[in-house]
Amino acid sequence: MTTINIFKEAGEFAENKDVARKIRTEVLIPALQDGGEIIFDFSHVTGTTQSFIHALISDLFRKFGSQVLERLDFKNCSDTTRKIISIVCDYMQESE
Amino acid sequence: MVMRIHFPNSAFLGNFEAFIRQFDTESPEELVITANKNWISVHPVVLTMVAALGQSAHFKRIRCEPFEAKSRHYFERMGLFKFLTIESGITMTEHDSTGRFIPITQIKDSESLSKFITEMIPLLHLAPAHAEPIRYVLSELVRNVIEHSMSESGAFVAAQYYKKSNAIRIGITDTGVGIRNSITHSHYAPDDLAALKLALTPGITGTTTREGGTEFNAGAGLFFTKSIATVNRDFFAIYSGTALYKLLKSKATKRISLHADPFEDRHSKLSDLPYWQGTAVGIDLLLDENAAFSELLERIRETYRDAVRARRLNKHRRPKFS
Repeated sequence: MTTINIFKEAGEFAENKDVARKIRTEVLIPALQDGGEIIFDFSHVTGTTQSFIHALISDLFRKFGSQVLERLDFKNCSDTTRKIISIVCDYMQESE
Repeated sequence: MVMRIHFPNSAFLGNFEAFIRQFDTESPEELVITANKNWISVHPVVLTMVAALGQSAHFKRIRCEPFEAKSRHYFERMGLFKFLTIESGITMTEHDSTGRFIPITQIKDSESLSKFITEMIPLLHLAPAHAEPIRYVLSELVRNVIEHSMSESGAFVAAQYYKKSNAIRIGITDTGVGIRNSITHSHYAPDDLAALKLALTPGITGTTTREGGTEFNAGAGLFFTKSIATVNRDFFAIYSGTALYKLLKSKATKRISLHADPFEDRHSKLSDLPYWQGTAVGIDLLLDENAAFSELLERIRETYRDAVRARRLNKHRRPKFS
C-alpha cells in the first residue's frame, strides 16, 4: 500500500500539474505495475483543479483500465475535491 | 506603421468590443498610447492587454501621452507604466493593496503561478467560498497560457475588487500563438471564432483528437471557467485572433443551464475584429451570487459526461439499410 500525502506534495490548493505528473510517473505507475494499491490522502487540501486531478490519475485509466479504481482510495477529501475527482473518473470511463 | 491605443472614459466587458475596435494592428512598429483626459476607468483585462503589448518585442518604440485624468494614479499603482517601460511622471504614495486589487503581474512558469496563487489571492481578502472559484479560474487560465500559448512573455494577470457592485473583475492576457493555432494541431477550425467554440467545448484540446485528452491535458479549463461565469450570471469574454466570444449577463430570476456548446449560452460573438496576436480573457464574478462551488461542480459533471457521451455516439458506425 502506497500513501500519497497531497498536501505535502502540492500544498493547500493542489493545482500544480507538474507535481501531479511527477507523482504519477515516479510513484503511482510503478506501484500499480507492482500490483500495489494507492491511498491519496487529501487532508488539509482545501481545493484542487480538474487539471491537477487529470494529470494525476487520467493515465491510470488508460494504462490499467477503469478497474484501477478498485486499487485507489481517495481519503479525507473536501466536498469540492470529491466532485472534481468524480468528474475526471466519469469522463475517463466514458472515453474508454 | 503606428499602433494606437486609446484608454477611453470607460472600458469594461459590457463594451469591450468598442475598445478592441480601435486597435490598428497592421504590422505596427510603434505603439502610441493616449487616454481620456478627465476620467479613465477600465477592466483589468484592458490593463493586461496593454501591458502585454508593452512587453512584446514587436515594437521598436512605445510612446505614451502623459495621463491627465484624475484617475491616473490608479494606472501607476497597477504597474502599467512599468510594463510599458515608460516613466509616467505620476507621483503617489504607495498604499497597501490589501482588499482591493492584484496589480498587473507577469507569470512565465508553473512555479511562479503556484507562488502567485498562494501570495496574491489573499490580497483580495475574500471569504473562502469566494476565493475558491477565483483561484480556480486563475490557475486554469494561466496554466493554459503557460502550456499552450508558446509566449515567451507568459501571462499578464490583474484583478480588481469593485465595492459598489461587490464584484471581482479579472483579466488574463498573452501574446502567444492564439487559440486557433493551438486548437488546430488536432481539430479543424476554419476561422478564429470556430476555434473559440472548440476551445470552450468540454473535452476538446489542441493536444489530441482522442476523447479524454492526453495524460496531461483534457481540454476542460475554459469550459469550467465559462461555467463558473454562467452560474455567476456575469460577463466572461475571450478574444483571440479576429474573434470575440462574450457570455452575457443573465437575470437572477432566470434558471441557469450549463451548455457544452458555448453558442447555446446567452452570448454575443464577433469575428471581424482587429487581429489580436494571442488571447485575452476577462471575467466578472459577483460576490453576491452564492451558488456553492460544489453545486456548480455537480452540474459540470453532468454536462461534461453528457457531452462526451454524445460525441462518442456521434462517432458510432451506423448500420446500412437498403
